[in-house]
Amino acid sequence: MMLHTVNKSPFERNALESCLRLAASGCAVLLIEDGVIAALAGTSQSDTIGGRMGDFKFYVLGPDIDARGLADKPLIDGVKVVDYGGFVDLVAEHDAVNAWL
Amino acid sequence: MADDSRREFDTEGVKKRFMFVNRRAPYGSIYALEILEMVLISAAFEQHAAIVFIDDGVFQIKKGQDTEALGMKNFSPTYRVIEMEKHDADEDEDIDMVWRIIVERESMEARGLDADDLIVGVEVMAAQDLSALMAEQDVVLGG
Repeated sequence: MMLHTVNKSPFERNALESCLRLAASGCAVLLIEDGVIAALAGTSQSDTIGGRMGDFKFYVLGPDIDARGLADKPLIDGVKVVDYGGFVDLVAEHDAVNAWL
Repeated sequence: MADDSRREFDTEGVKKRFMFVNRRAPYGSIYALEILEMVLISAAFEQHAAIVFIDDGVFQIKKGQDTEALGMKNFSPTYRVIEMEKHDADEDEDIDMVWRIIVERESMEARGLDADDLIVGVEVMAAQDLSALMAEQDVVLGG
């Protein structure tokens, strides 16, 4: 299984959309940097991953949420928050990493 | 202490399946050229390579590019060289290297292009099939 990372906001770029079109079902998707914006509930982009919870395992990097002052905002149900150690674990657990830039 | 700077790479017997995913139009950023460099390096090490064009990356291999007024190098002909090398590798049984040049059908059609608009012969592949191929790769590098 492959770990996909996405570091762009879905409001600005199509990196997440392309990732979800081409990642194989069952893969893990980790949102980092500006990519964490896609994990927020109640935005016009929330359905982008909210509608795909059955296809992928979604993770979001907590320090990048904190850095952007978004810790007080609700996340989409089922998205798991990881720290840097969790990031490392995800990389180690998967066969390959595909960074969508 | 060994001098690591003099150590040679021992790549004997190391063979991986690489996929290069081009997602950006040429000339507006450095991504396209950087990926092209990686493709050429992988060839030097006789690695398998699937060179993929999706999203605006499809424009990288549009025919008829003319960058003269930009003062930038038109690097699309390099893909013609890659195509020729691919043919050589396909024909020469001593070269254990499989290269594929693939365009995602959805991205190409969304941009009003077809295979005849492209500078090289490509495999036009639906997203679903490309997804399956991506999952089989050892290394995926994109941008």
